[in-house]
Amino acid sequence: MMILSIAGRELRSLFLSPLAWAILAVVVLILSYTFLVQIDFFMQIQPRLPAIKDAPGVTQIIVSPMLGNTAFILLLVIPLVTMRLVSDERRNQTLSLLFSAPVSMTEIILGKYLGVVVFLLIMLALITLMPFSLLIGGTLDFGMLASGLLGLVLLLASFAAVGLFMSTLTAQPTIAAVSSFGVLLLLWILDWAGKGRSSEAETLFGYLSILRHYESMLKGVFNSSDVIYYLLLIATFLILSIRRLDADRLQH
Amino acid sequence: MNDASLIRVENLYRYYGAICAVQDVSFEVSRGEVVGFLGPNGAGKSTTMLMISGNLAPSAGRVLINGVDILDDPRAAKADLGFLPEQPPLYRELTVDEYLAYCARLNRIPREQRRKAMDSAKQRCGLDEVGHRLIGNLSKGFQQRVGIAQAIIHSPAVVILDEPTVGLDPIQIREIRTLIRELAAEHSVILSTHILPEVQAICDRVQIIHKGQLILESSIEGIQQQLQGNSLLVGFKNPPSGDELAALNGVEQVETLPDGRIRLRYVPGHDPADTLVETAVAKRWGLKELTPEQMSLEQIFINITCSDESIPGSNAVSGGAPAEDAA
Repeated sequence: MMILSIAGRELRSLFLSPLAWAILAVVVLILSYTFLVQIDFFMQIQPRLPAIKDAPGVTQIIVSPMLGNTAFILLLVIPLVTMRLVSDERRNQTLSLLFSAPVSMTEIILGKYLGVVVFLLIMLALITLMPFSLLIGGTLDFGMLASGLLGLVLLLASFAAVGLFMSTLTAQPTIAAVSSFGVLLLLWILDWAGKGRSSEAETLFGYLSILRHYESMLKGVFNSSDVIYYLLLIATFLILSIRRLDADRLQH
Repeated sequence: MNDASLIRVENLYRYYGAICAVQDVSFEVSRGEVVGFLGPNGAGKSTTMLMISGNLAPSAGRVLINGVDILDDPRAAKADLGFLPEQPPLYRELTVDEYLAYCARLNRIPREQRRKAMDSAKQRCGLDEVGHRLIGNLSKGFQQRVGIAQAIIHSPAVVILDEPTVGLDPIQIREIRTLIRELAAEHSVILSTHILPEVQAICDRVQIIHKGQLILESSIEGIQQQLQGNSLLVGFKNPPSGDELAALNGVEQVETLPDGRIRLRYVPGHDPADTLVETAVAKRWGLKELTPEQMSLEQIFINITCSDESIPGSNAVSGGAPAEDAA
């Protein structure tokens, strides 16, 4: 109940700022461009496809790369959405409204997190309309699409959790944005460290990398270990955020 | 402990690193009381208020709101608490109505009572006209009122206001003071300020905090009594010598002012006015003025907070030492 109120306020404030609209517009514009390029590519190779045995389908050629691009673009964009969550309230000294209300730190963090996740789902709904528009001319591999979308939802939710935590660390939204971008990018390219090493190192860094798990889901492979990875990541950063916010009362 | 006491603060300490911002502060506030919290900048007023309101954890000590420990059961304690920090916690992008509706939800007011709570808070703070306006576009005075409305929307037992009249114009200040007096009917109010007349105007009790310690706690009547200074201003047509005046019973110090008048300081309780008049008539000094000097609260405040040894000073500290008894 309290979580919903806080989430509602968060969402409302997001849409009252021009930032959210600008982000939605830019993301949709860029993604529709990549979508069109992908369709164009499909049109070019389509005549040759029947000749190939086990040829990739529309979903594999158009939708999966597009979802891959979405993940990368949102890696750049989500820090901008999450940066203000706590840092802005701290800078404007509005946190004391929440601190002196009968609300726990957990409810504050979960409320803010839920607010931003709902915003991301709205964005995702806009993006998903593009692959669905392909239904006009044919059919899609829904299993693969669902697996890819689930992966994207989990990935965005993880991005948001990291961004929220970074926002609890500072009173400057820009610092929150830069540092969450840094952390996300590091998680993204973490598997580079394992390349050319022993197989254990490669497995370890591969598992830690946020991208690997998404790639396998994009291919339509649903593995519960991937889902658990994301859930663990989200829970970790949410708990860290709660702890950090609680520490606000203890010291300054 | 008194059953009627809504706020009880016990031996509160707060350290920022090695700096001790609040040191062994204890007090109680009962229902229907308005307590003024006075102190110079950096004395620990805001820190104390943040701790009472649960925004800051004390390094040691306890805070009980309506009998509930704010650290043990923050949710229950905070339900009885309304807090206006120094900087009102306003979301500038919301309208007044949206903001108050959010505050009502945060404070767990049941859905069907929210409308009423909002209307009454708006009406009490004079916000009826501005409900649809954006908070960011309101003047500072109105923003301050929205901040107060936020603190009283759930009719908490305890209202804590940190410098509520800062930045308001004189008319608004008067309205806010009336409002605070009204609040005191059902709530306990603690307000911090460094405007002394404000304390005299609205508080039942005064607490002065200096360097983190409570150094004076007194009812307003007690303060008023202390305001009776222990000096007289006299003017003569034929001024006698200082020695003659100093010889009068009770006179401690004679000081000639630049305008020719004389200030007589006397031992507290030994007002030499009668003797002075008699002597003046007998010796034909030509007494033309005799005024008891009133100390202002400012002077008490300055005496207490500026003297290095703090309280147990001597009369050498300018203005006498009416504060020393109470401290």
